[in-house]
Amino acid sequence: MLASFVGFYSLIFGLGISLLIIFFSIKNFKKSNILDSKILTFSFLQMFLVFVSFFGLILSFINSDFSNETVFNNSHTTKPLFYKISGTWGNHEGSLLLWLLVLTLFIFIFLVNSKNQLIKYRILTVIFQQIIIIGFFIFLLKTSNPFSYLFPIPEEGLGLNPILQDPALAIHPPILYLGYVGSSIIFSSVLAATTLNYINSNWAKHIKGWVLISWIFLTLGILLGSIWAYYELGWGGFWFWDPVENVSLMPWLALTTLFHCILVLEKRSLFKSWIIILSIATFTLSMCGTFLVRSGILNSVHTFANDPGRGLFILSFLFVLIFISIFIFFVFHKSDNKNFSPIFFLSKETSIVINNWFMMYFLSVVLIGTVYPIFLDVLSSQKISVGPPFYHKLIIPFLIPFLIFMAIGPRLKWIKSELKNKLSLFVLLIISVLASIFIVKNFETNYLLNSILVGSAFYLFFITVRDFFSKKTKKLSQNMAHFGFSLLILSILFNNIFSNEIITNLKVGESYKVDNLEIVFDDLTKENKKNYVSYTGVFSIKDENFENILKPELRIYNQPNIITSEADIKVTLFKDNFITINNVQNEDYFNVRYLIKPFMLWIWISVLLITFGGLISLFNKKYE
Amino acid sequence: MNNKIFPIIVISFFIFIFFIFFKGLNNSNTYKPSDNENKIIPKFSAYTFFDNKLVYSDNIFNQKKFYLLNIWSSWCLPCREEHPLIMNLKENSKIEIIGLNYKDKDKNAKKFINDLGNPYSKILLDEDGTKAIEWGAYGVPETFLIFENKIIKKYIGPLNSELILEIESFVK
Amino acid sequence: MKILKLIFITFLVFSLNYLNADEIDFQNKITKNLRCLICQGQSVYDSDSEFAISVKLVVKNKINAGLSEKEIYNFLTEKYGEWILYDPKLNKNTYILWFLPLLIFLFGGAIVIKKFINIR
Repeated sequence: MLASFVGFYSLIFGLGISLLIIFFSIKNFKKSNILDSKILTFSFLQMFLVFVSFFGLILSFINSDFSNETVFNNSHTTKPLFYKISGTWGNHEGSLLLWLLVLTLFIFIFLVNSKNQLIKYRILTVIFQQIIIIGFFIFLLKTSNPFSYLFPIPEEGLGLNPILQDPALAIHPPILYLGYVGSSIIFSSVLAATTLNYINSNWAKHIKGWVLISWIFLTLGILLGSIWAYYELGWGGFWFWDPVENVSLMPWLALTTLFHCILVLEKRSLFKSWIIILSIATFTLSMCGTFLVRSGILNSVHTFANDPGRGLFILSFLFVLIFISIFIFFVFHKSDNKNFSPIFFLSKETSIVINNWFMMYFLSVVLIGTVYPIFLDVLSSQKISVGPPFYHKLIIPFLIPFLIFMAIGPRLKWIKSELKNKLSLFVLLIISVLASIFIVKNFETNYLLNSILVGSAFYLFFITVRDFFSKKTKKLSQNMAHFGFSLLILSILFNNIFSNEIITNLKVGESYKVDNLEIVFDDLTKENKKNYVSYTGVFSIKDENFENILKPELRIYNQPNIITSEADIKVTLFKDNFITINNVQNEDYFNVRYLIKPFMLWIWISVLLITFGGLISLFNKKYE
Repeated sequence: MNNKIFPIIVISFFIFIFFIFFKGLNNSNTYKPSDNENKIIPKFSAYTFFDNKLVYSDNIFNQKKFYLLNIWSSWCLPCREEHPLIMNLKENSKIEIIGLNYKDKDKNAKKFINDLGNPYSKILLDEDGTKAIEWGAYGVPETFLIFENKIIKKYIGPLNSELILEIESFVK
Repeated sequence: MKILKLIFITFLVFSLNYLNADEIDFQNKITKNLRCLICQGQSVYDSDSEFAISVKLVVKNKINAGLSEKEIYNFLTEKYGEWILYDPKLNKNTYILWFLPLLIFLFGGAIVIKKFINIR
């Protein structure tokens, strides 16, 4: 109770401090050559207050204080402590508070970390960031107050959705938000830099760190979400092209593109307007994602509390930010066409232009696929679905040239270069084509597309592997990330081509046999756990070479009353054996789904490698 | 000149997007197939519930009167709620009520009828749910009002007294 | 060269439609493309709802009755609307959906090439 009280008033004071910071910033902007220390102090104070508020909410959750409406709606006394805490940000109100916390934390770090930048630029960035922070404060206090008081005080809470009671999903939102919110710093900073005409290589070096931080967290966040979907949703897939997944992919694509452009700006005064647009787009897409997910305008597998009132607020706020950006872009940005320095066609710049071209295409496919149904519904009342086949048809064929460019591009030098080692590039091309034909042929999946795709992924794979051993390779980070990407594409392809599955209905004691494989349903045990009843099936999977015991589980949670199916997965280096059970209505039978998923582990590893590439680049600035 | 047109295009573009999202907020995000359709009823054959005879749809809906096809099941709770209303509708002689028993166990279904009464002139069996799909249904209960081999109106979910009044006004 | 590549890409897009496999694969391919009306974020293939189980059966029966993939889609869209398909059919409602990304690609390509012409 006290915790809620303190939390609420901390928020109000935090909002007040925003106004103070803006006031002092404007005063400071007009005169003085040094940064007013009050700005720094107040930024710290604001972060501290939001932290107190967040901590207050955590305490309310730990103490199961049901006089707090958020706690009542999302917690329960029988829930394990870990999920009481993670429940704090597993709901709409709490997650927004976390957003706010990260927003204030990042602007404080920005201030501390930008000492050698222009004073005016730093102050202006603070002002833009405070506009975003004020927006979130008002959003939180007006439409989604995490500290609403309930009276009479309920005895028991409603509980957290069981599919969210999971370790990966407990840390997924904070990581993802670090990525989203990191892009807000890029947004504020680019607006400030545009106003002051400060988009140059100096700025690029400075903002590159923020781009990398957001990018690393966003990548990790998406990875965690994917891993969770793989083992918790029980369909053995890891990416469903669901709107909620798409909205996290869109800022990622924009951020990846932006990063490549920043690399150019560091070296040459090029693509300035384009970088401004991309920086604005990255944060706008993050916000747009928040809007699409929270407003309930889209229909998705993932459960979120929907409220059109909230949707309207985010929508209005989003468009206020968009119009501010448009205004600043058109009024302050002077594109310097006069001293346009041409690009030589065989140069690193060209390869980055091509990278941008493809990335923007992928982004447009995902964006259009996600929002098109809304447009069609509003304009003509026709309802359609856009699902995986759409994205596959439009993206997969374009991956082939993309992979090949990705293999050749990094070999080019800045400004002007010649392709050296043409012979070895060619030899590797031949090898990858042969390898892919061999693999795809041997497994009777003789599709032209598959073999060309595998071939081009192999091409990138071989070239990056070769470069690990080449002394000339200066960019370990880049080679690592590109190698990771080729591995990712290869793993996904092999996973797709060689996946196998058996779906059948079985009773205890029965078995199912197909080819050499036998699935025996040995036993079913019931166990009462703290907040759920667990039914665990014992299955033995027999083949001529191996025997595995797998124990999938059905959980019947008490609060709220929901059944979840927990897959049992035997992870090995080259394939996962995955089994889930589901109850069949009115029957003693269980629906058993047994999947063999090759190279699953490598999908996760390759994403980690990509992230690792980003980390190297972040910590190894001199080396680059 | 040129550098004025471009901002205007961009701004109008975003205003358009704002407008679409704004309108979209008010639309429901869960999908329901349209319920106002004038479709010809599907052709199918099914076994009857009590005497297990094979009947054809051509011979069921062939008279020039109103038919009400009600998809129900003993395990479906809303079906229990709407059942008394359908019992009342039985009194209306202008309408013939036909039941389609969806994915049920024989024993449970008979108990349901014994406990709550039988408003149906015929009950057809749909053991695997494929007949309901022929009708374009996707859950239980769903109810179809039929006249001259055409579906006049489709009700997704349980009937209530208002909908019963609507059905009676159609029949008049 | 560019035209050649475009022809090549279009060919690839269409070759995707001609994957042939045995019957279960064929059935799975169809049910993966159908959206379940009960749990609306899932495909019929992934879902275990009563509706999805029945749809799987209907698809199987229709395949056995010799209907083509297209005929099965037509059958189901007639009952449940275009919404049930994850792979939207190309018609006046979806021209923009299918062609706008490709137009953006071509437009982007035009900009890229223009940059090259600038140097000469």
